[in-house]
Amino acid sequence: MASKLVRHHLFWPLCVLAALLLFNLIYSPDFFSLVVRNGNLYGSLIDILNFGAPLILVSIGMTLVIATGGIDLSVGSIVAISGAMACLTISKSSDQSSLVLVVGAVLASVGLSVVLGLWNGALVSAARIQPIIATLILMVAGRGIAQLITSGQIITVSSDSYEYIGAGSLAALPFSIFIVAAVLIVASLLTRRTALGLFIESVGNNAKASRLAGLRSNTVILSVYVFCGLCAGIAGLILSSNVSSADGNNAGLWYELDAILAVVIGGTSLNGGRFYLMGTVIGALIIQTLTTTIYTIGVPPEITLVVKAFVVLAVCLIQSESFRKAIVIRWRKRNYPAEQEVARHVS
Amino acid sequence: MSLNRKYVPVLVTLGLFAVMFAAGSFRYDGFFSMQVLYNLLIDNAFLLITAVGMTFVILSGGIDLSVGSVIALTTMVSASLVEQHGWPPAVVIPMVLIMGSLFGALMGAIIHYFRIQPFIVTLAGMFLARGLCYVISIDTITITDSFFTKVAQTKVRMPGGFVSINVIIALVVVLAAVFLAHYTRFGRRVYAIGGSEQSSLLMGLPVARSKILVYTLSGFCSALAGVVFTFYMLSGYGLHAMGLELDTIAAVVIGGTLLTGGVGYIAGTFLGVLIQGVIQTIISFEGTLSSWWTKIVIGLLLFVFILFQRVLSERRITVKS
Amino acid sequence: MADPSPILKMTGITKRFPGVTALSNVDFRLFPGEVHALLGENGAGKSTLIKVLTGVYSIDEGSVSIEDRPVAIASPLEAQKAGISTVYQEVNLCPNLSVAENIYIGREPRKLGRILWRQMNRDAELLLKERLHLSIDVTLPLQSYSVAIQQLVAIARALSISAKVLILDEPTSSLDQNEVKQLFAVMRKLKSEGLAILFVTHFLDQVYEMSDRLTVLRNGEREGEYMAAELSRFELVLKMIGKDLKLLEELPKLPSEFKKQAGNKMISASGLGRRGAIQPFDLDILKGEVVGLAGLLGSGRTEIARLIFGADRPDEGKLTVGATGATVKSPRSAIEQRIAFCSENRKTEGIIDDLTVRENIILALQASRGWFRPISRKKQDEIAERYIQMLNINPKNSEHLIKNLSGGNQQKVLLARWLLTEPELLILDEPTRGIDVGAKAEIQKLVLSLAKQGMAVLFISSEMEEVIRVSDRVAVLRDRSKVTELGGDQINQQQIMQAMAGG
Repeated sequence: MASKLVRHHLFWPLCVLAALLLFNLIYSPDFFSLVVRNGNLYGSLIDILNFGAPLILVSIGMTLVIATGGIDLSVGSIVAISGAMACLTISKSSDQSSLVLVVGAVLASVGLSVVLGLWNGALVSAARIQPIIATLILMVAGRGIAQLITSGQIITVSSDSYEYIGAGSLAALPFSIFIVAAVLIVASLLTRRTALGLFIESVGNNAKASRLAGLRSNTVILSVYVFCGLCAGIAGLILSSNVSSADGNNAGLWYELDAILAVVIGGTSLNGGRFYLMGTVIGALIIQTLTTTIYTIGVPPEITLVVKAFVVLAVCLIQSESFRKAIVIRWRKRNYPAEQEVARHVS
Repeated sequence: MSLNRKYVPVLVTLGLFAVMFAAGSFRYDGFFSMQVLYNLLIDNAFLLITAVGMTFVILSGGIDLSVGSVIALTTMVSASLVEQHGWPPAVVIPMVLIMGSLFGALMGAIIHYFRIQPFIVTLAGMFLARGLCYVISIDTITITDSFFTKVAQTKVRMPGGFVSINVIIALVVVLAAVFLAHYTRFGRRVYAIGGSEQSSLLMGLPVARSKILVYTLSGFCSALAGVVFTFYMLSGYGLHAMGLELDTIAAVVIGGTLLTGGVGYIAGTFLGVLIQGVIQTIISFEGTLSSWWTKIVIGLLLFVFILFQRVLSERRITVKS
Repeated sequence: MADPSPILKMTGITKRFPGVTALSNVDFRLFPGEVHALLGENGAGKSTLIKVLTGVYSIDEGSVSIEDRPVAIASPLEAQKAGISTVYQEVNLCPNLSVAENIYIGREPRKLGRILWRQMNRDAELLLKERLHLSIDVTLPLQSYSVAIQQLVAIARALSISAKVLILDEPTSSLDQNEVKQLFAVMRKLKSEGLAILFVTHFLDQVYEMSDRLTVLRNGEREGEYMAAELSRFELVLKMIGKDLKLLEELPKLPSEFKKQAGNKMISASGLGRRGAIQPFDLDILKGEVVGLAGLLGSGRTEIARLIFGADRPDEGKLTVGATGATVKSPRSAIEQRIAFCSENRKTEGIIDDLTVRENIILALQASRGWFRPISRKKQDEIAERYIQMLNINPKNSEHLIKNLSGGNQQKVLLARWLLTEPELLILDEPTRGIDVGAKAEIQKLVLSLAKQGMAVLFISSEMEEVIRVSDRVAVLRDRSKVTELGGDQINQQQIMQAMAGG
């Protein structure tokens, strides 16, 4: 029973998260306390959920992309473009709080994000360009496009309706949490209630065998990139609405890296195959908690990067078969370096 | 068929550069001068050095995302040691170069021995180097050391203008790299590994050593670019060279190097850097255009070149079968 | 004609992999100035023996000596130094480097650390011209030349390392007739210069054309070493497949259950062919009929299956399905036409490693239903349960990851995957390879009962008894072309083997 628990894919991520929270509790005993002010809940835990919302969203999209054996480097740029697009539309109007206007702006942003996802997906599936290279294009150009939209300025808006997306609250909780929950539920339903999840894992695990089993892998790949673009777009809306402004240069900076990290921590292999949406959510929460923790203990926040570096390395080393082998068995003195290499290609 | 087939991508890049430079010259007064050309080099010397290291990495079939961060770390360590601890530059500069090389070697070893994707390992390296900058200091450290300021202010007279010492360093690096890539066994091994790692192994080439060396070289180039950047900016700062890894990769690809490895030239990378410089120069001459157009144009060029490579390699396959 | 002392001697070589003994106590010799063919069916241990010899694999037991000096070869580099060079089928050179570089990389002529390109190119040109009669521009990248030339370049590389032993691992499998001739001319020349050549090929004609001596491996053991002139083709085939001639004669002819076919044509291929894979062939398969494909490994069996399933594109000819006359363009369209294909490469083309038995079973059916008509979990469990019972899949747990199952059980899962799509034509490529006897019999029985229900089956196997037992008709292949079709009483070992051996 205990061994089954340990082997569950959420066990280690949850342990890390628990350890982080525990550390915070010891460091500042009122870390877990929640207070009600103006009918809304406040507290560090709520903050983690609220500030972590965009990252969780992006990571959910990234999970599906990585499960097909791909990667999407352009999510950070899409986050910036989406926020910029919405803020631009709203700022041009005289009545910025108009609900119709905000809905229109949101739809425009989301639509644009989907188009960008489609672009990535087409390059990977139809043009057969390696994912890392294909999405690099939009990663570079996207920042420029975002700045083009904002004219290099930081566009600020004062729209109560728009602000609600990222800073409003519903039933005493931040509204962004509900958006995340909704996307997570949609993603879970799409992948687990339809056959899409099976197809994604099949294509990511063995593309050749999937083709012979009659799968349309191109459609599957295209749709995950579109979904990833969509998630990044929504994340961009939350992020910009939270601060009521759009910054083409810095919004969503390094999100691609954090998202990949969250996916990997959550137990999805970078080689594709099995994916774990809940694992990814916990992975993203770990990253967010880490950032919060570092703030709390008063170390310069930039040092998070050093910690992240070690987390990335540790997680990848654990996933690396060669590393595990090296620990389990001692290296043979006169090992045949070509044996494993060739065996991998042959078998 | 024709002997020049393998030079096609580089020739395209050269043509592109010529067209852009000519267009700029026709459109703007004062564009067509040696000094504008020299300025391209002066402003992009560090990019050129980094791109040279990156070319080797990409030729071997890998990628190095840590270059920008290593530059920042180098400026930070140099500035801190020279300004805050009073170390002589003669000690600091060799030391940071060794530090960068070791950093690269470590990443290379992890990539090779544990078979983790270069993308991820160098990503961790990128986080680490950037983070270490902030461990040293969160603020800019301005350099007032006489050696650094003197180097920074020295103008080397050239026909029709002047260049900085940085440019001389960068050009020496480029020439050394051309020699390394085409006239040494190490260079050819890098091409071989990028062409087919398994074949290289079966042909009895020292793959492990070469791969680790490639990342060491890239680490060294980044550190050297960091030193050059320190001369250029006269400061150390954790935010220096943000996103430079992308500019570098873009320069290498626009220079005609195949991102899948095995094909490319240092000369192409040199042109790729110059093209980025020309785009910036045109945009600054235009005045009304803003800097972000650089990114969009570079992204567009990336797209065109990647598609172009894709078509070329597809043709090769059909010719073969 | 042979020099009495062998240049290379391998004695008592044993190599074990987890779960299998790939080579057990194998002796092997090579003589200078001889072409020595290494023969054996799939899993006989040919490639393992070569990998041991070239330092890719370690040896568990046994010894290797070259010119009577014991050697230990721990890497391809050490093999080269010991004078052993290998040219692989899938040319292991770097396509992006120039011809000259491919010959000399790692050993370029240098002065003060600088590579002397001129000298290297001159040397390469000279080497190719003098020893291989090949005049090409050595400065062009290797990929601008045909596979045949690439192979010659690989041989040139081997020669330039002053090889004593040259291993050619299926060098002819992707060459056309003229290219093979060119290669053979080179081989003869090298032989006359005293080189020992180890020649691996699937083509019997080529074995007899080129080799002086042959060694046959079977199931990781040495069957024997023979002079080519003293062993007839027929005997050779028997030795490879593992039949005693005497035993074969005593074997009672199986009662042929030839059924009169009332059914219509399921598929009909006419002039279907693909360059480098299979010569154009005609083949009809009727409903309710089991057609067997017999032939040695590499004779084109799998290639036929892949063309019919649309996994490869034919260069010529036509394939029509049923009465509709529809064609097959891709695996997906094949499945729509109710064709199913169990690949012989279970690992790479069959199972999806990380998925469960249940998911692997339903995959093809689900793929044809699309995303939005998922099979409910309850239904999936029922299906999985039913097939686990029906095919006796072990362990009886549909939630096990398929990668943890034995080969035989993986095979049954794949069978289940395809049976579930209710195919009208089932193509089975080596469905019983690496499976224990009990499971084999079960699969054969299943094939027969499926045919009785009207399914057409294309059955490919290296084991002749099996083909004979299940087939109503047998198409025999040799050297990448269909040579004959046997039916009724003609289906017996004697006739099939004669057709396979040919000449």
